[in-house]
Amino acid sequence: MRLQDGAELTGLPAVEAKNVTKTFGAGPDAVVALDNVSVTIGQNEFFTLLGPSGCGKTTLLRLTAGFEMPTAGSILLEGHEVAHLPPFKRPVNTVFQSYALFPHLTVAQNIGFGLKMLGRKRKVIDEAVTEMLKLVRMEPMRNRKVHQLSGGQQQRVALARALAPQPKVLLLDEPLSALDLKLRKEMQIELKRLQHETGITFIFVTHDQEEALTMSDRVAVMSRGKILQIGTPTEIYEHPVDRFVADFIGETNFIEAEVTQRIGNKGEIRLPSGIEVPRELGQHVAVGGKVTLAIRPERIDLVRPGADCHLAGKVENIVYFGTDTHFHIDLDSGGDVTVRVQNRRGHQDVLKMGDAVGLRIAPEAMQVLKD
Amino acid sequence: MTAVADTRRGRPGPRPVAAAARPKGRRFDVKTLPGFAVMAWFCVVALYTPIAVLVAYSFNDNNTVVIWTQFSVRWYGIALNDEEIRDAALLSLKVAFLASLFATTFATMAAIATTRVPNYRGLTFIYAIINQPLMVPEIVTGIATIVFFGLIRQATGIYGIGYLITAHIVFCIPFAYLPIRARLEDMDRTFENAAADLYASPWQAFRHVTFPLLVPGILGGGMLAFLVSLDDVVISVLVAGPGETTLPLYVVSQIKRGITPELNAMASMFLCASAILATLFFLLTRRKAK
Amino acid sequence: MATETADTPSAPQPVSTASAVSSAAAASDAIERRAVVKRWLLSAPALVVIIGCGLMPLLIIFAYSWTKPAEYAGVIWHFQPDAWINVLFQEDLFSDALSPNWAYYSIYLRSILIALQTTMLALIIGFPTAYFIATREERSRNAWLFLITIPFWSNLLIRIYAIMMIIRDEGYLNHALLAIGAIDQPLPIIFTNYALSYGLIYAYLPLMVLPLYASLEKLDFRLVEAGYDLYASRFKVLWHVIIPLVKPGIVAGSILVFIPAIGDYIIAQILGGGKRMMLGNLIAQQFGTARNWPQGSALALTLMAVVMLALVFYATKSQRKRAA
Repeated sequence: MRLQDGAELTGLPAVEAKNVTKTFGAGPDAVVALDNVSVTIGQNEFFTLLGPSGCGKTTLLRLTAGFEMPTAGSILLEGHEVAHLPPFKRPVNTVFQSYALFPHLTVAQNIGFGLKMLGRKRKVIDEAVTEMLKLVRMEPMRNRKVHQLSGGQQQRVALARALAPQPKVLLLDEPLSALDLKLRKEMQIELKRLQHETGITFIFVTHDQEEALTMSDRVAVMSRGKILQIGTPTEIYEHPVDRFVADFIGETNFIEAEVTQRIGNKGEIRLPSGIEVPRELGQHVAVGGKVTLAIRPERIDLVRPGADCHLAGKVENIVYFGTDTHFHIDLDSGGDVTVRVQNRRGHQDVLKMGDAVGLRIAPEAMQVLKD
Repeated sequence: MTAVADTRRGRPGPRPVAAAARPKGRRFDVKTLPGFAVMAWFCVVALYTPIAVLVAYSFNDNNTVVIWTQFSVRWYGIALNDEEIRDAALLSLKVAFLASLFATTFATMAAIATTRVPNYRGLTFIYAIINQPLMVPEIVTGIATIVFFGLIRQATGIYGIGYLITAHIVFCIPFAYLPIRARLEDMDRTFENAAADLYASPWQAFRHVTFPLLVPGILGGGMLAFLVSLDDVVISVLVAGPGETTLPLYVVSQIKRGITPELNAMASMFLCASAILATLFFLLTRRKAK
Repeated sequence: MATETADTPSAPQPVSTASAVSSAAAASDAIERRAVVKRWLLSAPALVVIIGCGLMPLLIIFAYSWTKPAEYAGVIWHFQPDAWINVLFQEDLFSDALSPNWAYYSIYLRSILIALQTTMLALIIGFPTAYFIATREERSRNAWLFLITIPFWSNLLIRIYAIMMIIRDEGYLNHALLAIGAIDQPLPIIFTNYALSYGLIYAYLPLMVLPLYASLEKLDFRLVEAGYDLYASRFKVLWHVIIPLVKPGIVAGSILVFIPAIGDYIIAQILGGGKRMMLGNLIAQQFGTARNWPQGSALALTLMAVVMLALVFYATKSQRKRAA
């Protein structure tokens, strides 16, 4: 079967949301957390829901776990409708943002909790617990109480607890947000490894776009209850479909351009400097209309002012970042852009503030946005 | 120069001329008000003096209660051996135990049904009913209860300690309810969510997660109910039948008959028992420091 | 790695949008309704006990208050509003004319006055105490609260008994005073209004201190600093800044003291000796020696009405605060 972005899937999708709407409250105070959202998540995928707070990503997660029921639409797990099922009837487990480890139980008892509720035999539970402890490398902590563990250790126990019952899908609700930077980076690698080893579908919720890009197989960018774009990290980064996605992920420059020609999908656009560039255009733009281009700072080359460049301007500010240097350029045609140059040969003191420069951009790097 | 020196030494700014009026080295304390400390100490002393005097004199050897002769514990021995006192104490304990047992069970169920839940029709009603015994003066409840029970006795012919216990259960319920509710409100709902996520049915979630975490609250509520039942005077005086003498009722009747030293001793012991139970309750329900 | 997990969900259902909306909404409604029923069932035992043995009796004595008193105990089921009339008026035996029931009035007055007096004194003593505790360090605060609370939970009867032992004619105080020759006759302290007041304050003072403490603990002392900064003396700061900010605690504490004080029965009996009757004693008397159950019922309900009024007053005051 095919997914929205055209990727191929084998077998039934692990999770599918069809036209899901979730409204909280009623009347004029009602909040629409999810607005007719549809997404298909495949088996063995590391899928991330990315967006600012309030975008609905946590709501979608909770709907999948069973803590909320959709106001409209359906939730399917491997093809079965589950929206009406309570959480303890769904083969889905959650790693909570606050970990929610049971304070009155030991680490081993926490990890074995799910299996105990399912009625497994003592021996089976013990073996599973041992295996899980090995998986998250917490064997010596087996009989500790939760409050004796550090934040990172609690996180790993929460993971082990959710993985022990071998769910079809693992939901992670911003699990790394409470950790310091170094620990976060370690856990990101750890989570990726776990997903590969267990083969379980991970649905990961975060507002950190860097996290999303580094860990995911595919990302869904959400805002205000809607999914704006689903794609691999590369697709999201290099071909954002609209302004929000372009702005939310990494840094972007926005340039206005005018459509001068159009034949079918292809056409020409005119940059503010007057240069014309051939680009693919979607249905919605007509000749004479304006489009916004999204251009990543690292895709712009700085060249000597003169011909053979797409835009021209003056250096307004230079910021040194160690690995690279950012140049803020005031465009002759108005507005400004940021250009990122990697310091491959160390810091080069070639340009100074006020210097005139030319900007060369590969046409493929000019992403035409939907709005 | 002086200003700099003063700031370096940590005093706020240069010393003005009027500083001589202030106590040496002390800042103006915003929080102290004159006489308040004295009043607070007075209050505590006044609260404990009668108790202290009572306990002190219970160790008096002399059998006219008031004149102090020498230290002795013999009245305690006599009090403990007195059959009437023993029977009264046992009855008090029995009634308190049964009443607090039922009251705590009912209160726990009601607390679970009314705490941390979205508002539903009748929630305020339930909450008001549960707290109703606290809002009516004891004398009113007492006479209403004897009238009511009298009618039931007439109609069914059933007698017994059950009436007294039931009357106690009624006013014990709100006392058990409030600490349990407080403890429940402090509990993060996420734990039950996590349990449900891990395949626990609502009953399993209660049994393995909610209940263990609730136990201190339940114990606290039970203790409070026990204490309140043990201490009850007004309602017991009115509702208790012949021969159903609880410890407070014994004290009341003894006051009418005449003060004896063993009454003093017994009163002191009773007081200490209440105080110990109250201390335990205080420790059990102390909110954890943030 | 594949082992069985939870029960696999049932067969897939049709996924057309319209039925999806209605089935999702209907399912969540049904679940919510079941949850509400479960909660009612859980509350049922407590509700049954309290309504059955707490509220029903009140209804019954309400019914009784409209009947005739029987010879020894109980009532005769015959409509007679005399009990209610007697709450305020008395009938002249011969002329059937109504005149104010002064005997009862003095009891009402004493009850209200003593309750008010108790509340005022509790405020005067309790406020500084609560303030003091609230301004202590974290560690000693708990110790102070503990000290104030424990006597309150200790048996009230015994504490009143202790007071009685001290102030009665043959009590410790008089004995000591006589012994050192300060007086020749024992001071008649017990069975006076003073004894009654003392007993009531002693009993219910912690009920004033605790709500006051709760309010004072939340007081932002920077506001007090601002008051001092703006030329207010210590007394003015107390009156114009602190007290208005702590009003909720003052009202709560006052209600908590006033209500048991006005309904008191046992303290008046032990320390008042039946000579200083409060409303509570009067009510008990109707069910005892006076053998007038309807009258007792009417008086009891009147007392309850007064208490309810006070509670409603408190509730509306705190509501207005929340709205403001």
